[in-house]
Amino acid sequence: MILRNIDRTGWIFLVCVVALGVLVPVLNLAVPAGSFFHIPDYLVPLIGKYLCFALLAISIDLIWGYAGILSLGHGAFFALGGYAMGMYLMRQIGPRGVYADPVLPDFMVFLNWKELPWFWQGFDMFWYAAIWVLLAPGLLAFVFGWFAFRSRVTGVYLSIITQAMTFALMLAFFRNDMGFGGNNGFTDFKDILGFNIQAGETRAVLFFLSAMSLAGGYLLCRWIVTSKLGKVLVAVRDAESRTRFIGYRVENYKLFVFTLSAMIAGIAGALYVPQVGIINPSEFTPANSIESVIWVAVGGRGTLVGAAIGALTVNAGKTWFTGVLPDMWLFALGGLFVLVTLFLPKGILGTINSGWEKTRRKFRSDGSVPSGVPDAAE
Amino acid sequence: MNQPVPQHGLPTLTPTLLYLDDVTVSFDGFKALNGLSLAVDESEMRAIIGPNGAGKTTMMDVITGKTRPNSGTALFNGKHDLTKLDEAQIATLGIGRKFQTPTVFDMHSVEDNILLALKADRKPFAALFSRRTANEKERIDALLERIRLKDHRARKASELSHGQKQWLEIGMLLAQEPRVLLVDEPAAGMTDQETADTADLLREIAETRSVIVVEHDMVFVRDLGVKVTCLHEGSVLAEGTLDQVSADERVIEVYLGR
Repeated sequence: MILRNIDRTGWIFLVCVVALGVLVPVLNLAVPAGSFFHIPDYLVPLIGKYLCFALLAISIDLIWGYAGILSLGHGAFFALGGYAMGMYLMRQIGPRGVYADPVLPDFMVFLNWKELPWFWQGFDMFWYAAIWVLLAPGLLAFVFGWFAFRSRVTGVYLSIITQAMTFALMLAFFRNDMGFGGNNGFTDFKDILGFNIQAGETRAVLFFLSAMSLAGGYLLCRWIVTSKLGKVLVAVRDAESRTRFIGYRVENYKLFVFTLSAMIAGIAGALYVPQVGIINPSEFTPANSIESVIWVAVGGRGTLVGAAIGALTVNAGKTWFTGVLPDMWLFALGGLFVLVTLFLPKGILGTINSGWEKTRRKFRSDGSVPSGVPDAAE
Repeated sequence: MNQPVPQHGLPTLTPTLLYLDDVTVSFDGFKALNGLSLAVDESEMRAIIGPNGAGKTTMMDVITGKTRPNSGTALFNGKHDLTKLDEAQIATLGIGRKFQTPTVFDMHSVEDNILLALKADRKPFAALFSRRTANEKERIDALLERIRLKDHRARKASELSHGQKQWLEIGMLLAQEPRVLLVDEPAAGMTDQETADTADLLREIAETRSVIVVEHDMVFVRDLGVKVTCLHEGSVLAEGTLDQVSADERVIEVYLGR
């Protein structure tokens, strides 16, 4: 049922992501280090990080590209998923921490806490942490969206309060007495499900899982946007009051995709943390959320695949650029955003697709467009 | 959802479908509606005329739940208090609205525009798992035939001409299977032929449903040949046939001009 709705671009994307998910670990582990085809150890978590960002970008595109909700605070949901995973990883350290306390993470011993706070209970179990990876961002998005959408906050105003939300969370997580490690956050992880987190094999599995999650996230979002619900979302994006007067409860639709999108972002964050080995409040900075929105704009809003491409290319560019001219990165990013807005308003993929559409149209005498999926946003 | 309203000998026994009584809406002291009363029967077509600022659009906003009146009664079918419901609930009750400027879903195909408007469960999860049934296909075909857009079904709505968009919007209204259609200036920007066709279409619709048409074009109103209500400064100035209304001294004074 889900596979039926995937177009050509989608298939190419899925094949590439699955191939990447298999090839990178294999080329890293099975090919000897001297070989031309060997992928060095440092690249595996790096590309894995990009894949997590791509999943975050897809979650943003689901709400921005299809429902017109521009969230400038999606990094918060990503970070909350990351923190939930981080709490599990902290509990796995056990007596191997600097202070060797069997239960309390180092930062709590340092703060002279005597026992584990109630909200840390249960995080030694992976399944419990996994539930919170979804629940923490999901609940926040649900409560936030419930109030915002019911009060019919839209457009720039909504963007501003999402930004305020992530900023407030950043300030809260910076506080030591919140119980989340203050400005140091969580790091020094040892194990995940009993496997050494530094080991090449563990990294390979994490990489593979990131690729599969990206593919899965794409499939889920694609299914949603091609369903009737997806058509309603586009209707909301283009003519919100019309949709209401037809009888749709717009706020319920927005709440549904916003919450779902936050949960996908949470999964991306949870896969990100074990690969980069650290999570701290800087993940909540508004700039991070804005950067993710730029990935989507660069790749092509309202295309899903484009969002992922945007995240991958911009981040690859960032890695290269910060190596060559570290101080200039923000200027380059800003310049890129201006250039894309001016010359490629539909993003990379949107431009390729409309070029393709134009060529195809030349051969169709009636000038009709194949029905089915709504186009990229203007 | 369907709160019964205390009955004070009101319209349960009459065929009145839409009943407004003494409705007042004020924006910062300006009274957009000032004690407006109006009753529209089942399967009646009514034309509403009046100068700019007479309160025609505000009246539609009150009926469709966009604006809450400061005071007054708005009843649908004698039992649904429209002042307590939101747009979506009112639409589901069976009140459809066409905007002044054609408002269709530009990025969707003509067919999808109708599909979205078709009467069906409006809940998100119902929409997520919904599959187009044979029955729905038939209804879409019939509607497209009626609004003469069958050959354009796969085109994006943004590519339609102005007149076609107006018709598409009327088609979307019909797809909702409403009992009352509120139609705001359906003939605006249309050619003479399109205007006449639109009048025919509306008359046909009014055989089974109530239709309220707000219109400036007097030729079009005459074409419709129905009871006319003239609004002025938020209340009813005159009501009757077009000839009666246009003979009214005050109507000539404020609207038609001498």
